[in-house]
Amino acid sequence: MTSTEVPSSPMLELLSGFIVELRASGLPVSLTENLDAMEAITHIPIENRSAFKYALAATLVKNNSHWRAFETVFEVYFSLRGSEYSLGDGGDDLPEITEDDEAPMNPDAGGAGAGGAGEAMSPEQMAEMLFQAMRNGDDGLMRALARQAVTRFAGMEPGRPVGGTYYLYRTLRNLDLDGVLERLMEEAQEQSPSPLTQLEERLERDEFESRIDRMKKEIEAEIRRRLVADRGVEAMAKTLRKPLPEDVDFMHANREELVSLRKAMYPLTRKLAVRLARKRRHGRKGPLDFRATVRQSLSYGGVPADPRFRYPRPSKPEIFVVADISGSVAAFARFTLQLVYAISGQFSRVRSFVFIDGIDEVTRFFEGVEDISVAIHRVNTEADVVWVDGHSDYGHAFEVFWEKYGREISPKTTVLILGDARNNYHASQSWVIKEMSKKARHVYWLNPEPKAYWDTGDSIVSDYGAHTDGVFECRNLRQLEKFVDILE
Amino acid sequence: MDYRFETPVDVSTRLRDVDYLSDEAIAGVVFLADRLGKPILVEGPAGTGKTQLAKSVAEILGARLIRLQCYEGLDESKALYEWNYKKQLLRIQAERNSDSSWEDIETDIFSDEFLLTRPLLEAILAEDPVVLLIDEVDRVEVETEALLLEILSDYQVSIPELGTIAARQIPMVFLTSNNTRELSEALKRRCLFLHIDYPDMEREKEIVLTKIPEITESLADQVARIVRSIRQLELKKSPSVSETLDWARTLLLLGVDSVTEADAIETLNILLKYQSDITKASKELQGDSGAKRPGVPRTS
Repeated sequence: MTSTEVPSSPMLELLSGFIVELRASGLPVSLTENLDAMEAITHIPIENRSAFKYALAATLVKNNSHWRAFETVFEVYFSLRGSEYSLGDGGDDLPEITEDDEAPMNPDAGGAGAGGAGEAMSPEQMAEMLFQAMRNGDDGLMRALARQAVTRFAGMEPGRPVGGTYYLYRTLRNLDLDGVLERLMEEAQEQSPSPLTQLEERLERDEFESRIDRMKKEIEAEIRRRLVADRGVEAMAKTLRKPLPEDVDFMHANREELVSLRKAMYPLTRKLAVRLARKRRHGRKGPLDFRATVRQSLSYGGVPADPRFRYPRPSKPEIFVVADISGSVAAFARFTLQLVYAISGQFSRVRSFVFIDGIDEVTRFFEGVEDISVAIHRVNTEADVVWVDGHSDYGHAFEVFWEKYGREISPKTTVLILGDARNNYHASQSWVIKEMSKKARHVYWLNPEPKAYWDTGDSIVSDYGAHTDGVFECRNLRQLEKFVDILE
Repeated sequence: MDYRFETPVDVSTRLRDVDYLSDEAIAGVVFLADRLGKPILVEGPAGTGKTQLAKSVAEILGARLIRLQCYEGLDESKALYEWNYKKQLLRIQAERNSDSSWEDIETDIFSDEFLLTRPLLEAILAEDPVVLLIDEVDRVEVETEALLLEILSDYQVSIPELGTIAARQIPMVFLTSNNTRELSEALKRRCLFLHIDYPDMEREKEIVLTKIPEITESLADQVARIVRSIRQLELKKSPSVSETLDWARTLLLLGVDSVTEADAIETLNILLKYQSDITKASKELQGDSGAKRPGVPRTS
């Protein structure tokens, strides 16, 4: 192999800053990987930006859920930079002014040229151009329009320490992309010789939506480029830093984060299932397999040196999930229910119970439901969980649970209790947990609160925890995964 | 050392010649793997062509594909090498009457002749060009993963009785994973990482056109659009590329030139494998108002 060329030093500096930022975002980049990346880029033509990006990704990002974080940092560090992205008055970077509406439609007109046409346009003309760009899926024109729209609508001011979201919102509000979508759909309806069928209409809509998505991404990238030019790479990267999906706190996740959480959760439940299944098969040995032992002994000249065993009969684990769905853990509860739903897809015998101060079995809501949100809605509206006032009462809920379902707990049962154990100073009735763990195979408690808050105020998690096989802080996917790992 | 590929573009053109349509990421990572002499860890949903990538690369290099299928309980004797006990025993028995010393026999029975090579050792010993495919590496236990580390980083195998055997050439190595569990950091660190996701619409259409030459362009376009639309739904199992191809073939056999809702719904079971997914998708494809219109067959 040829000796590795050392990349030129400004590049090296930028790259090491880039890697520092990746680590700050939580990506585990090791020294070896760092060196690999340095070597990889010597084989790639630097001017080919996407090859460069994939070279870095292949060497530095070893987990697909980290891709988003990587991409954000990459865009900040290696976006196109230059004076034309300065925040100053937008007029001087696009000197070319044409009134001709048709010019941008000319396929020869590149991104910058087409953008120039926007300067003197009235808002109506701009809307028309946007419509054209969307209809034809013209990437060059979209990019130009994105630049134009940001210059015109975002109202960016140099040195203002706000994030890009605000500018994005302002720009999008003025562009009215939803309106454009409707117009596109109307036009598609008119142009088709026969009325569009549902299917055709859906496909058309999908196509236009994906184009509009592309437009939004262009605008976002444009705003980011300008912010980077204005505020410098490090500051910008810091502003954009977001927790990785596995570090997002369940209790404070926003909508977008919840979606990525749900995606990340599916492999986790599969892992959980695989894990339990594997333990079931290899956990203990079955009876001696005489035939196999004799056959094996032939390799040792007839000495049965390596006894063989039959596989044990797999036992089917039964899982009881008991979850608090009161207001204090509402965000966590939603997540819990999704977890329950995902688990019940993997195991044949999962029973789920929810409680506030009363308790109800909700297994039936998850059966044969194809849409988790329907199930969650039914749990929240139909389950009979309020006994007196709808404030958490763990003691009463557990007591009723024991009375109604206690005798169904068998040595095969694993009980998962999810809640913060904030009992509003009611009686704890922790004997229920004690009895439960005598009968069940395991009892685990998952607490969505930070460990520092346990046993403060009305939290009595230790009272209960003392009788379980373990209480685990479970605030993000990483902790949940850790729990799954030590399970059994 | 000679490199196998000139540029990433070279990789993608050559892959295209054997009917594997790559994208920038795939071509780029294969190119880098060759340059850096590192294995590639390929991850992604089932049915997106992870294993096929290794096969296709072997094909364009004119190399032999050595495949190690991983499963739970895979061990050294299945993956690396094993001593041929039976033959060793025979040898000892045969030597009993002659007057050779024990040392002679010992050196004799622990020689190449009594070594059964398994895929990993075979790849190391190969004189001809080989591509090593370690399939579904996430199925082995964490402890067994360590077996792979020596071969992946140094391309060598240590056998206590024989010493260290180093590779005669650096083979291209692909590991595939369906991500049923997190692979160890040590393993990941040694590999280049490639995530292959469902292709975007344009590429999927091209794949359909390449793999099924007799299909019309408009049908392929429609197929790709409908599949994209279905993948946006929240399903237990999204249709994979191979299922898209099966579906396109079916439509072709049925003599469909342009897919209508009815055609799509009747043949959905080829694209989707769960009843709940099929129900959901057919409801979506009909649209809410569509379900009420007469003449549209309802499935239930």
